[in-house]
Amino acid sequence: MTIATKTASETRRTLTRRSLLKGAGGLVVAFSLGAGRVQAQDLPQAGELKSVSLDAVQSYLAIDADGLVTVYSGKIDYGTGVRTGFAQMVAEELYVPLERVTVIEGDTALTPDQGPTYGSLSIEVGGKAIRLAAATAREAMLANAAEQFGAERSALSISDGVISGGGQSISYADLLKGAAFDLDLDEDAALKDPASFTIVGQPIIRDGLPGKITGDFQYMQDFKLEGMVHARVVRPPAISAAINAVDEASISHLKDVQIVRKGAFLAVVAEDEWTAVRAARELAVTWDAADSLPDQAELWEHVRQTPIVKDEMTSDIGDVDAAPSAREITATYDFALHTHGSIGPSCAVADFTDGKLISWSSSQATHRLRRQLSDMFGIPDDDIRCIYIEGAGCYGRNGHEDAAADAALLAREVGRPVRVQWMRHDEHGWDPKGPPTLIDMTARFDDAGDVSAWDTEFFIPQGGGGRVALLGADLADLPTTSELNPGGITNDSAIPYGFPNVRTVCHRLETTPLRPSWIRAPGRMQNTFANECFIDEIAAELGADPMEYRRGLIDQSDARGLEVLDRLRDFSEWEARPSPSSGQEGARLAGRGMAYVKYELKRTYVGVVAEVTLDAHSGAIKVDRFHVVHDCGQIINPAGVRAQIEGNVIQTTSRTLMEELTFDRRMVTSLDWASYPIMRFKDVPEVRIELIDRPNDPPWGAGEPTAVVVSAAISNAVFDAVGARLRSVPFKPEKLRAALSEARG
Amino acid sequence: MSITIDVNGTQHEVEGDPSMPLLYALRDQIGLRGAKFGCGLGQCGACTVIVDGRAVYSCLMPISALEGRAVTTTEGLLEDGEPGKVHRAFIEEQAAQCGYCIAGMVMRAQHLLERNPDPTDDQILDGMQTNLCRCGTHAAIIRAVKRAARS
Repeated sequence: MTIATKTASETRRTLTRRSLLKGAGGLVVAFSLGAGRVQAQDLPQAGELKSVSLDAVQSYLAIDADGLVTVYSGKIDYGTGVRTGFAQMVAEELYVPLERVTVIEGDTALTPDQGPTYGSLSIEVGGKAIRLAAATAREAMLANAAEQFGAERSALSISDGVISGGGQSISYADLLKGAAFDLDLDEDAALKDPASFTIVGQPIIRDGLPGKITGDFQYMQDFKLEGMVHARVVRPPAISAAINAVDEASISHLKDVQIVRKGAFLAVVAEDEWTAVRAARELAVTWDAADSLPDQAELWEHVRQTPIVKDEMTSDIGDVDAAPSAREITATYDFALHTHGSIGPSCAVADFTDGKLISWSSSQATHRLRRQLSDMFGIPDDDIRCIYIEGAGCYGRNGHEDAAADAALLAREVGRPVRVQWMRHDEHGWDPKGPPTLIDMTARFDDAGDVSAWDTEFFIPQGGGGRVALLGADLADLPTTSELNPGGITNDSAIPYGFPNVRTVCHRLETTPLRPSWIRAPGRMQNTFANECFIDEIAAELGADPMEYRRGLIDQSDARGLEVLDRLRDFSEWEARPSPSSGQEGARLAGRGMAYVKYELKRTYVGVVAEVTLDAHSGAIKVDRFHVVHDCGQIINPAGVRAQIEGNVIQTTSRTLMEELTFDRRMVTSLDWASYPIMRFKDVPEVRIELIDRPNDPPWGAGEPTAVVVSAAISNAVFDAVGARLRSVPFKPEKLRAALSEARG
Repeated sequence: MSITIDVNGTQHEVEGDPSMPLLYALRDQIGLRGAKFGCGLGQCGACTVIVDGRAVYSCLMPISALEGRAVTTTEGLLEDGEPGKVHRAFIEEQAAQCGYCIAGMVMRAQHLLERNPDPTDDQILDGMQTNLCRCGTHAAIIRAVKRAARS
């Protein structure tokens, strides 16, 4: 049988490792050079250099004549560790040492379009395809070796990339002789028995981590091209603005600065980076600016009054309107606008020569970015190559793609490779935002005091996880989408609890104040906050223990959900009793609260208990500790999973207690870390983690699920401490003081 | 202007506007990647380096203030090209996610340990308070600083 071919075709071009390295020069060669410079002759080509189709093994995997394994992943690692996870999965399936595996990510010329890196799907979906490719390849190589040896397939074994049996042996390298796999991905390929895993499940140090610490790692922000110039953007003082006049003489004292102006897009380009920074600061520009944003003081009225374009029913069980209603409780929850807050502002480099565009960026979705740049510049996809380089963590769609558009536009205008580095105020001011979320909750009770109906309404912008408009294109009046894309924000509006009548409706709003996008667990975080607080409100109303109450309401045949709750009770040493606690005196009060999620009602389970102390006089909340029980199925790398869980808890505690974007009628006004503070070391909670590993089950995501239970657990713990309910994120001290005065009458 | 700065034990001639922050000299002229641009405002600490024993924000410190002074970056903590003591502690604790803040964290920790080789937990939190991390790696960073102090 033929498993590999050297016959080149347009769609499946065979490449040796050497030619792959040359083709991928921007990425691979750059990493190997000390100064991070790519020589002109190494400039990569546009178009596709190998198969990137989703159903071909060679799209994901190559083994070269030296036996080195290259994995091509459409999903990218922005600090989550999935690159290491992919390498572990492939090394395991192929029986090769981990150090023989290299992963290339997010390069439109080399990697398949596995969709944007979002939704906690990298290992679950992206990794699954890569693992299947490795298993398909291994099985084919085994069958081929069996034929060559004249041996039974069952008599063969593999060790260290060498197939042996019947007194003969051959390495993968000798078997393939550098040829590409000519195999379709086999969805049913036999996967290695988890009982024999030696690499998957190990806490391997994440790839790149030592270099990040010693300074050797090359981030997007460090990437340089020969002949490159430095640019800074000059953004308007309003979302809605046009340039009135640019006083070029205002920067005539700075050397060799070029001003690029196109519509409301304005930038300065200089040979030297600091000169570009100064030019952007010192350039005198007058703008015609207009109000376009609502009054933030009346934000929630604005959201409630925004026209609804459609209603989406995410659950409709029984008949809520006909349910018995001896009494009811209602509550309204809201969740502020948030910014991604990447520590490194977005950065991109572009080369636009002879109508061909090469773009280097930290885009989560290089294939999508290519289509967007194709629309923006009116050139074919094949003339564009988008290459991912890891940058500062983004936690969603931040400014990376916008910086890529800026760099491409500037490279076209000045005719040289351009590096754009956004400044702090560019990132805080102009990256797309997590939209405001407003949620109305109603629970009805029958005469016996049982819940008869759960009826909730979510006021959230329309749109999904599609293309977010490119800011630079919008400012320059070049083609880009006008759609809103806040992410899959209807997820987890439905609940895991079995009430007789349930209705959850998402009112999709026509607009939202600022360009929206997804930030870690979009919608799922806000929706779970409201749901998991409101279930606690019901438990309190019924005088029930919040843990036991939930346990009795989830599907009793869902053994994994039950196990998470039972282990959480033991792990956190949960004392069964209703909230609030009683008998506390003085100004410093302690409380504990819990929250639970089965992510999107279909995957990763997380249960958490938060322990807080608070100061009833100042309203300050200190989150002392989180206990987390986490079941994401098969764990690929427990150190990676633990890092994600810790990060989810700490980052979301910051978002819950402190974070709120501010804006006036014209633009964002929280433009730095003073006006948009995030958590610092002294406020960081202890995070205790219990991982449930299920090696025989599929691996699920860990990058988001823990984030969604954090806000509710803190609110529930505050209620436990003081009997006051916080329903508005962030839980700033003045909100707790107000809730306390209301609770105490 | 042209000035001479000692960076990690080597003399470097730096050219530029006197107001140019050290960060741009380190990254663009000397070719070091460790110190990062994070805010340019002295708010996040991603650019932290040590100058004559003090931790400073290299995004603010102008080169004109540095003639003849000694600068240490994370690259300067290497020992014979291998990770140094603080580096090793961070690596062993896997104390980086995206890692963009981490070289600054390493320098802040180095500065803390130079002044106080056996810090209490509160002193570690105090010492690290100036530096921001967005990934939520704080707990691992604290473990790394404790490990470095013990070693």
